[in-house]
Amino acid sequence: MTASKTLYDKIWDAHVAHEADDGTCLLYIDRHLVHEVTSPQAFEGLRMTGRTVRAPEKTIAVPDHNVPTTLDRADPATMTEDSRIQVAALDKNAKDFGIHYYPVSDVRQGIVHIVGPEQGWTLPGMTVVCGDSHTATHGAFGALAHGIGTSEVEHVLATQTLIQKKSKNMKVEITGKLRPGVTAKDITLAVIGVTGTAGGTGYVIEYCGEAIRDLSMEGRMTVCNMAIEGGARAGLIAPDQKTYDYVKGRPHAPKGADWDKALEWWQTLYTDEGAHFDKVITLKGEDIAPVVTWGTSPEDVLPITAAVPAPESFKGGKVEAAARSIEYMGLKAGQKLTDIQIDTVFIGSCTNGRIEDLRAAAAILKGKKIKDGLRAMVVPGSGLVRAQAEEEGLAQIFIDAGFEWRLAGCSMCLAMNPDQLAPGERCAATSNRNFEGRQGRGGRTHLMSPAMAAAAAITGHLTDVREMM
Amino acid sequence: MDKFTTITGIAAPMPLVNIDTDMIIPKQFLKTIKRSGLGVNLFDEMRYDDNGNEIADFVLNKPAYREAQILVAGDNFGCGSSREHAPWALLDFGIRCVIAPSFADIFFNNCFKNGILPIALPQEQVDILMKDAEKGENARITVDLEAQTVTTSDGQSFGFDVDAFKKHCLLNGLDDIGLTMEKAAAIDSFEAKAAADRPWV
Repeated sequence: MTASKTLYDKIWDAHVAHEADDGTCLLYIDRHLVHEVTSPQAFEGLRMTGRTVRAPEKTIAVPDHNVPTTLDRADPATMTEDSRIQVAALDKNAKDFGIHYYPVSDVRQGIVHIVGPEQGWTLPGMTVVCGDSHTATHGAFGALAHGIGTSEVEHVLATQTLIQKKSKNMKVEITGKLRPGVTAKDITLAVIGVTGTAGGTGYVIEYCGEAIRDLSMEGRMTVCNMAIEGGARAGLIAPDQKTYDYVKGRPHAPKGADWDKALEWWQTLYTDEGAHFDKVITLKGEDIAPVVTWGTSPEDVLPITAAVPAPESFKGGKVEAAARSIEYMGLKAGQKLTDIQIDTVFIGSCTNGRIEDLRAAAAILKGKKIKDGLRAMVVPGSGLVRAQAEEEGLAQIFIDAGFEWRLAGCSMCLAMNPDQLAPGERCAATSNRNFEGRQGRGGRTHLMSPAMAAAAAITGHLTDVREMM
Repeated sequence: MDKFTTITGIAAPMPLVNIDTDMIIPKQFLKTIKRSGLGVNLFDEMRYDDNGNEIADFVLNKPAYREAQILVAGDNFGCGSSREHAPWALLDFGIRCVIAPSFADIFFNNCFKNGILPIALPQEQVDILMKDAEKGENARITVDLEAQTVTTSDGQSFGFDVDAFKKHCLLNGLDDIGLTMEKAAAIDSFEAKAAADRPWV
């Protein structure tokens, strides 16, 4: 009898190209996604050593971090000189090395983690890497996907492999049903609230349970996207009929006999009964509330009905960190979260920039206006998401409510382009990180779901979306 | 990549937990297409005020720590973004070793690719090293990779674990890609078999 395996074990075993005596493996990479910020030094490294891209047909590039999202972005003056150089370097590297490319002018351009699945590059059972920590997103398809550094980008370009040792297995089970107003974003933030930002370090997380199965592919991507915020390099969800339905017919999905063969293998990609997990966390779906972050670490999560905690309620180094966070955020211990006034709302990012996210926000905003004086923007995750949202009438709902309707990119999630917070400005954001200065020097970020961000846009303060449903 | 064997140097104390890569090198400095020159912007938003003047309180601005080669830090150092600009900035400043109770995975890996040694030690030992580092420039900590020891200025020594392969590469300043290319035959045969088994990939 063969030993029971986890989903991670199965994908890992199918990709080991070489194993040394000490367990160091060369893991074969099926898809390498590339963006403009973490790749120029890697391509330069190839040039300096006379190396080539081993598998250009498995390498896909798209500029997303730097690109402006305003409608006039075809004008080069909308970018700073260094941003222009970085995007131009990707244009040139894609051409010189013959890799798949979606330039800024292409309607399919968008955030790399949204474009990959949308175009059918991401498939179950694959190994997927990118020089970006949110590569974990692709785990929603049952693909082993994680972020790598630029030296590793160069390594994958040159060898199509990564030097790896196997991680440990962690199971995160969300049982039962979610309550109304609770979304995939609330699940993933609630899990980080439990594990802390280092709880997943050294692990690959498999998310399972009824509440996960019930999520759409978009929701599953949101959950896996933030696995890294819990310290895990990768998050996985076993593929099922929803996965196959999402993938089928996409431009780079298998067709005909290949599809049948692929499906046959994909249907074996689940954790066997009795397989060993090194760590197990179980949450009840019905216990999860709509949550927001109050501090400067994604683990600083509380239900919207709670209050800013006192630093002394923590232990060890977190006491000082919490005090620093509360000061940076301009809050007071004991202050009700719903009393926190905001200046800006950002809906978008690889966490929540997909069509379902825009639908959820638009459902709250329909027929309403944003609070006077608020700045609010929607940045669709890709040109195709944008087009679909326009077709469905969502764009008009946002515009009528007072939101800016932008072009696709990473935008204010990390503020490398002109979309930034001013010092002291406070933002309700659907993105993934609330670090100090993340959205602009001195900027203050509260993470939440798209529906919660929409609710905050209407009232001008952090708001329990359930009161609007 | 520079070899790492032994260093004896000034250690700067940064007891904060969850020091993320956005803190280490903020995004506005990721627009470079080079690896070098980032040291001046290391910890930029903690190190300089809005007008670009040094904040005197920040540890690396204090006279005793301007030449630090070692950082002693809180739990979960290097969490967040995968940006290798973080170790590039540390290295460019002159930091060759970071000691903390734990590290985020991607940052940890990135260090080894750049000749920086990240050392994870139990909290109690990090606390002792932190106290030693707080003594300032006369306190020099010694890190010996071959022997896998960290020694305080008054001679107290702690052993640390390091992956054998990573240690070998660091001691000898080896290029990963060159080593992997020596295994090209294994990659070729894997690729051929995978293409037959999973032709859709």
